Formats: sequence, C-alpha cells, structure tokens
Amino acid sequence: MFHALADATRRDIVAVVLAQEQSVSELAVRYPMSFAAVQKHVAVLERAGLVVKHRRGREQRVRGVPGALRDVHGLLDQLESLWRARINRIDMILDEGASP
Amino acid sequence: MTVTDVVKDPANRRMTITAEFGAPVERVWQIWADPRQLERWWGPPTYPATVVDHDLSAGGAVNYFMTSPEGEKYAGWWRVSAVAPPRRLEFEDGFADAEGRPNPDMPVTVVAVTLDDRDGGGTRMEITSTFATVEAMDQLLAMGMDEGMKAAMGQIDSLLT
Repeated sequence: MFHALADATRRDIVAVVLAQEQSVSELAVRYPMSFAAVQKHVAVLERAGLVVKHRRGREQRVRGVPGALRDVHGLLDQLESLWRARINRIDMILDEGASP
Repeated sequence: MTVTDVVKDPANRRMTITAEFGAPVERVWQIWADPRQLERWWGPPTYPATVVDHDLSAGGAVNYFMTSPEGEKYAGWWRVSAVAPPRRLEFEDGFADAEGRPNPDMPVTVVAVTLDDRDGGGTRMEITSTFATVEAMDQLLAMGMDEGMKAAMGQIDSLLT
C-alpha cells in the first residue's frame, strides 16, 4: 500500500498539469498504464485539491491548482490528529500502571 | 483532556503539541525507552508495531514494522540525533522498504520530545514534529493529502474503509 501511495506518477501528473492543462487521454499517453489507471490517479489528486477537472465536449480536462502544493495547513492539521491519537494511547498505558 | 496546547507554524512546516500526564517524568520516559511500550502506542491498534532495533543513543537507530490485518508489513526507521534521558529525545522518522532500507520516496519528519516536571506533580510532554523539507510535504500532498498523510503517519487503518 505504501508503495502504491508513493507512486511517482501522481507527482508527475501534478507537475505536468500545472505547466499546461491536459485531457485525461493526453495524460494516459504519457504513462505506461491504462486510461482507467490514470483516471484513478487524477481522481485522488482531485480529492486532495491539487488538480481540478472540467469537461470540454467529450474530453475531461485536468488543470493544476497553483499554490495547492504549498497549502500546509491541512497537513499540519493531520499531524495534530495523529499525535492526539498517539497521546490518547499513551494516556491509556500510563493509566494502567497508575491503577492500584 | 490530556492535550493542553497545539501550535502550528506553516512557514516552518512545524506542529507543536503539549500534553500533560499524571505520571512522573521517569515513567513517561519509559513509553519511549521501552520498545514493548512503544509498540503499543506508535501505530493504531489495528496495525500493531513490532520494534526490531531500539537504540536510543545519539546516532542510534530504531527500526520497526507495522502489520496490517491482512498480514502485510510496513517498515519504518528512526535515527536518533540527540538524547538526554529522561527528558529529551530528538530523531528523524522515515519509511523503509521491505528489507528495512530507508525509502527516499517517502517523507521524513523530525521529531523533538521534551519531558518536564509539571507544577503540582506529573509530566508535561512537548512534541514538535517538523516536515524535514518542503519536498517531504509535497510528496505527501502529491499522494493525495488524506491518503498520503494517513499512510505516512501510520494511520493506515482508515485507508481500508
């Protein structure tokens, strides 16, 4: 799962569509994978707010969102959630020892 | 509420969280220093951690893996950069491949832990977590913020939903 998430294709797609809008078909030509696979990567990037998609005729066009890569607030929020969860678990371990 | 303060510093890619515990500093230090205790809180309960190496001296390594409900293993590493038991620990935290080698495609965070006596007893623990580089953050963002963050930070159980 980590390896799938660490996929360089998504990082490349972001760079490409930031430079110039592309259709999903044009993107699919660039990578050694199926149209559906590229579409899936685009969907993940879209959910993350890194690209936006719009339809032109029969084409799905993908455009990068400038500045999204510097939007660190969301990441710091998630870092907070992660540590809150860890601290809750630490609290439970410490409480065990404290009970008589 | 155990967490008493959270400060986020986007310009420096940093989050600081402060928590208070009833236990004394020496006891709280053990949750870091005892690998069996560390295993119980580092990852989510559905992905139990197994600590393979645990050397908390300066330059020392901690190597661990987490096991998914399906039995897949995800490995990670720490490199200890500073340590002063029982009050201070600083390390780099990253991901490894199946053989335990650091994976450069995954982001590194720098974690600094400080334990202090709390007025009136107990411990105040401050944790500062910093994305090592702008690239480390971009890696996470490029993966898709939610999935990337959860995976990279060990909250991988929620990825299965």
